[in-house]
Amino acid sequence: MTKSIIDGNEAAASVAYRLNELCSIYPITPSSTMAELADEWASRGQTNVFGVRPTVIEMQSEGGAAGALHGALQGGAMSTTFTASQGLLLMIPNMYKIAGELTSTVFHVAARSIAAQGLSIFGDHQDVMAVRQTGFALLGSASVQEAHDFAAIAQLATLRSRVPFLHFFDGFRTSHELNTLDMLSDDELRTFVPEELIREHRSRALSPEHPYIRGTAQNPDTYFQSRETVNPFYAKVPGIVRDAMDSFAELTGRQYRLVEYHGDPEAERVIVIMGSAAQTTIQAVEHLNANGEKVGVVQIRLYRPFPVAEVLAALPQTATKVAVMDRTKEPGAGGEPLFLDVTSALAEAVASGDRSGLPRVIGGRYGLSSKEFTPGMVVGVFDELAKPSPRPRFTVGINDDVSLTSIDYPGWLDVESPETLRAVFYGIGSDGTVGANKNTIKILGHREGTYAQGYFVYDSKKSGSRTVSHLRFGPKPITAPYLVNAAGFIGVHHWSILERVDVLRQAREGTVVLVNAPYPPEELFARLPRRMQERLIELGCELWTIDANAVARAAGMGNRTNTVLQTCFFAISKVMPREAAIEEVKESIRTTYGRRGPEVVAKNEAAVDAAVAHLHRVEVPEEAASQVGMIPPVPDHAPDFVRDVTSVMLLDEGDSLPVSALPVDGTYPSGTTQYEKRNISDIIAVWDEDACIQCGNCAFVCPHSVLRAKYYDEASLAGAPASFQAAELNAAGLPGARYTLQVYAEDCTGCGLCVEACPVKVADGGGRKAINLAPVLERGPARENVAFFESIPVNMRSRVDFGTVRGVQYLEPLFEFSGACSGCGETPYLKLLSQLFGGRASIANATGCSSIYGGNLPTTPWSSNKYGRGPAWSNSLFEDNAEFGLGLRLAADLHTRLARERLEQMRAEVDDDGLVDGILDNDQLYESDISAQFRAVEELKFLLNRLDGPRAADLRSVADHLIRRSVWIVGGDGWAYDIGSGGLDHVLASGRNVNVLVLDTEVYSNTGGQASKATPMGAVAKFASGGKETISKDLAMQAIAYGNVYVARIAMGADPQQTLKAFREAEAYDGPSLILAYSHCIAHGIDMAKGLDQQYLAVNSGHWPLMRFNPVLRLQGRNPFLLDSPRPRFPLRNYHDNELRFRMLKAADPEAAERMVEFGQMQVNRRWNDYEEMSNRSAAEFAADAKE
Amino acid sequence: MDLTTTYMGLELEHPVVASAGPLSQTVAGVQGLVEGGASGVVLHSLFEEQLRAEVARDEQLIESQSNAFAEALDYFPTAPITTKSAAYTYLSLVERSAKAVDVPIIASLNGADLGGWVEFAREVADAGAAALELNIYLVPGDVAITGSVVIKRHLEIVAAVTDAVSIPVAVKLSPYFSSVGHVALQLVDAGASGLVLFNRFLNPDIDIETLGPDPEFALSTPQEGRLPRTWIASLRNHTTASLAGSSGVESSEDVVKYLLAGADVVMTTAALIRHGRSYARELVGGLQSWMVRKQFASLEQVRGMLAVPAISDGEAMRRGGYVDAIQNAKARYGSL
Repeated sequence: MTKSIIDGNEAAASVAYRLNELCSIYPITPSSTMAELADEWASRGQTNVFGVRPTVIEMQSEGGAAGALHGALQGGAMSTTFTASQGLLLMIPNMYKIAGELTSTVFHVAARSIAAQGLSIFGDHQDVMAVRQTGFALLGSASVQEAHDFAAIAQLATLRSRVPFLHFFDGFRTSHELNTLDMLSDDELRTFVPEELIREHRSRALSPEHPYIRGTAQNPDTYFQSRETVNPFYAKVPGIVRDAMDSFAELTGRQYRLVEYHGDPEAERVIVIMGSAAQTTIQAVEHLNANGEKVGVVQIRLYRPFPVAEVLAALPQTATKVAVMDRTKEPGAGGEPLFLDVTSALAEAVASGDRSGLPRVIGGRYGLSSKEFTPGMVVGVFDELAKPSPRPRFTVGINDDVSLTSIDYPGWLDVESPETLRAVFYGIGSDGTVGANKNTIKILGHREGTYAQGYFVYDSKKSGSRTVSHLRFGPKPITAPYLVNAAGFIGVHHWSILERVDVLRQAREGTVVLVNAPYPPEELFARLPRRMQERLIELGCELWTIDANAVARAAGMGNRTNTVLQTCFFAISKVMPREAAIEEVKESIRTTYGRRGPEVVAKNEAAVDAAVAHLHRVEVPEEAASQVGMIPPVPDHAPDFVRDVTSVMLLDEGDSLPVSALPVDGTYPSGTTQYEKRNISDIIAVWDEDACIQCGNCAFVCPHSVLRAKYYDEASLAGAPASFQAAELNAAGLPGARYTLQVYAEDCTGCGLCVEACPVKVADGGGRKAINLAPVLERGPARENVAFFESIPVNMRSRVDFGTVRGVQYLEPLFEFSGACSGCGETPYLKLLSQLFGGRASIANATGCSSIYGGNLPTTPWSSNKYGRGPAWSNSLFEDNAEFGLGLRLAADLHTRLARERLEQMRAEVDDDGLVDGILDNDQLYESDISAQFRAVEELKFLLNRLDGPRAADLRSVADHLIRRSVWIVGGDGWAYDIGSGGLDHVLASGRNVNVLVLDTEVYSNTGGQASKATPMGAVAKFASGGKETISKDLAMQAIAYGNVYVARIAMGADPQQTLKAFREAEAYDGPSLILAYSHCIAHGIDMAKGLDQQYLAVNSGHWPLMRFNPVLRLQGRNPFLLDSPRPRFPLRNYHDNELRFRMLKAADPEAAERMVEFGQMQVNRRWNDYEEMSNRSAAEFAADAKE
Repeated sequence: MDLTTTYMGLELEHPVVASAGPLSQTVAGVQGLVEGGASGVVLHSLFEEQLRAEVARDEQLIESQSNAFAEALDYFPTAPITTKSAAYTYLSLVERSAKAVDVPIIASLNGADLGGWVEFAREVADAGAAALELNIYLVPGDVAITGSVVIKRHLEIVAAVTDAVSIPVAVKLSPYFSSVGHVALQLVDAGASGLVLFNRFLNPDIDIETLGPDPEFALSTPQEGRLPRTWIASLRNHTTASLAGSSGVESSEDVVKYLLAGADVVMTTAALIRHGRSYARELVGGLQSWMVRKQFASLEQVRGMLAVPAISDGEAMRRGGYVDAIQNAKARYGSL
């Protein structure tokens, strides 16, 4: 038996891969890891237990994955897939088919919430409950070990029963939990799943050698009966699973049952539950019974076919009160599914006389979207059951002050073994904390007789996010699928965290607390916030400190503090004897860093020794004396909702928000990032007003909208703070005007793209520019300067030249301070969109990075101007975004038409000095026309407000549509090239006036870098571990083929002016427009500060030629195809060499890399020649626009 | 006609060898060079420190992007990037090339300090390289480093590597020593079996569009052959070590000139890039025609014909050559 420490995804995938011949995959959180591992194993040539190297095929969507899987099953291949949430929903049509045809397969699902009022990537059972009617058997695992074991049991059961299986485990809680498990060997799997079953499966395949047809169309005469033919197969499933579990027990010693009962055999109160929460419930039940209670828990493992007999047998006859817990929500249902199943089983048993009395059964909901389910909550449920009249339906874990469904529960109940060491670490994303903790788990978990568990919580931002690591170590298997509380050790790896959130919420008496602080030990305590001081004293905590950053720097490790802080944990947590622990850390360093050379190892070992030497115990005085408070999450002037609701989420206390605090339909106020001053970077942009030529390039490329420009009268400077920067405006026609480029210092992420974009080179030899990065000094003056800058009026749009990058800097961004990666290549385009059209834009946003940094709570970046106008933004799904956006367009067109008709009809009542004709005749092509229209519509609404009657009310309700609505469909390449491709094609073909912006990173960025059809040949990506072998799709040419689609291929870093031109032309074009925007990305494996250089190389190597196709020119008899970039001046190789995605292939398979770069170069040349040829054609040689 | 030659004890069919460069990055590339007529191939250089630095950079890149966001805990497949795997690429190229062709494969290591050279040299030798070329590349620009330190570092590296491996080791050296000849002889004393004259620094140009350095390198031109030939002529009769002429080979005439100066082999990459891999055969053909025309039967008769005799007054000769050159220039361009 091999002991291993892996997460639930790997546990399941390891078995699935080894027992199948085909994995048909598509990325979706939290299941993607299973597919990624399968792809990696396949690309390394790993075989399954039958000696076959499985084929791993990535499809364009989960619908596609299910289709290919269905085909492969009909072809006789042992096939599997991995998915979750909406992905599983997209598989439903095929699931009915696969089940209807009695086809053996196992789907492995990391169960996740469904997008309803909002999307959630976290875990519950809504997705699996949505497929319980498809005919798949549903088998649920409750732990990492079970995810491994049940993958095998499900495989055997499906082959024996012919009924397809869905094997599920809780998303994140199990899929991402690291835990110690016994791995099944290849021999065990081979023994467990006999090959003759596989041959039987193959024998059922379609074959021209013995042809038949499957998938007939049936009629009223036989469909019904045919549907009933499968009953005997389903009837056998429970028995087959039971047998599989028994033979599994013989093989491994691990015995499972379809339904398991734990607790007092004569329990009066019983909980029925499935998934990881069963473990929590079992722990709590054991604790309660040890304290004299008589309670129990029925754990359901096989949910479909519902094993009625086993459920009834498991439920003690003594039970008078039963709570059935569902991790799902079915609005409007009589009860949630498990509750209904248990109730009907009991009722039927009583009615038929098989059971003497019907217990009182109540149904509870818990744990949606990975909401914690703790032993205390279990106690709360038993307490509710103990009441004379327990609530028939309830929720636990939230405060439902609206429908009063929620029950009370004790805050914290410690049911864990005292031998288990619990530790919590607060870090910042990418600081190495999580990585070091994973390493710690490996170090300790691999020791004989030690079990380990790790679970990691991330906040919702992609840059500067807070991470909380929850670790447990102990001499017994750890079955605690909930966050650590009452920790023995708490590590605070950044001072800024303890200023903002309560880092001692998981503390107990005597907790060892380590604070990484830039202060000497003797000053440390005095500098802590008062609340923290009080808690330390109250709990008698042991306080330690180190200046890990200084130690790391001195050891030559830059800002990598992970080795230092990991050493501190080993030194003071008492998890192992100190000396032995330090030696373990060093041993691990030798393993991890050995390949980087002896110098790196020596440096790290020196850091370990230095860490021990600089670690100090701090005496905790008897009284708190600090005057330091916590930094408030939002300012006092923030709107009510932000102060009352958003701020609570920012404090990591969103769990405490009652139902009444939240919007009923998922509608949230926009523009809330402005209140969250994150101060995530120690270096920020600093403007040099003397050197600046005011070109606007820096503001144009800033991904975070932290560089804003205004010009104004000298007089506006009255009262400016001393450090407020201003220069003479460098423009003709405005003598005496002043110019300021304001850095929003608290929002700057220090990405450095502005420095890269700045064309100025200060002639001091130091390489300085007119904007530079510098360490943050004091926050206070920066705050004052921004406040003063905001008091200066925004420049009037009608007085700004929209046609130049220089002019655009004066337009107010209505997309600001998003949580995108520092230096993001996508967000500058969105900011530009918001500057140009934000006041009248509706945006449909496909799921992906842009929907996450665009719409992930607590704070969101789409904002509004002083008139209250701004982009109206919505995310429907991943696959339907083009269609969704078209819907917005259709509605807008309908209402514009209605408004115009009503206006005509009401001409006599509202015509005031040509108002009606002014509105109806304004074609709103220029900003001045649009401003006039805004004013005219305001006047119209003013007049309408004085009129009564339905027509006036009707016109009032649609009057805003008299302003030209700018409809944008935004998404990434995963959407545009893959899952949404069909819809996008259809929408482009519709001829409707929509603007499609594809933020093309050439990879699925949000889910962690899986290949899309935009991924270039030779790039290594997940699902293309061996390098992508096909070239990317030329979406531009596909769209051009229609003739009436405006198309542009842009790259801001290569030609910002062309970018600007393309946006304006696309929006002005009265028809479909498609902009393909090259977006450098963290998933390319580049130094993000050099993103623009890489864009330049992409264009000038011919990888991404810039072009526009403007059907308007075609109508004017001119060539619509404009090639905007110069002939490639660098070989493609130069572009490739700068990106890890290409270098990885070079390292792994240089011959393939060489072949691909050569082929890629040929492809680049060929495309360039095609484009060049097209740019020299006459208008008549292009497809005609029907409007012609 | 006998065109055979010996380079560091390796028997070669003729003296035209492909020098370290981009054409020998793959086995197919090496095969192409041999099919094109090269009598030996120096593989492209393995940049040792760079290798380590790149691995460290890439690992750091991966690390710095990991574990920051719940949906994307990383962005790449987990295959580890290691110097081992990068070196493996090179070692595998050595091994497969040596098997694929029947001419000697000479591995090339490029670096500036001792670092992990010894270890790599051993691995390269084990992989089947017939010889090793050390490309000691101290990028000029450090104004603090003294000449003696530079020389010392060269000697240390050569001594360490030649100690570690049994295959012959050549040094490709730079022309920028105060006394190139003396340094060359010291390197031979330190253990070098061959000297390759000279290494070219790929001095970057300035790009006036991007206002930055232009890393594009220029291929060598025939004029660049003059300096190495001068030194080969000077060294030929002072050492038994093999001498290879490198730089400025464009036509067979350049090959002939190198041989006359005293080179055992002549190496080129630029000409093969310009004219294709099979240009080596043309170079050999040109050499052969010239020998026929001049009635030479073997290379032995040609090699070193114009080398500076060991016993002559070298200084006077070189000085004389300089004076002659000035006189010629005056005659052609008028009084200077």
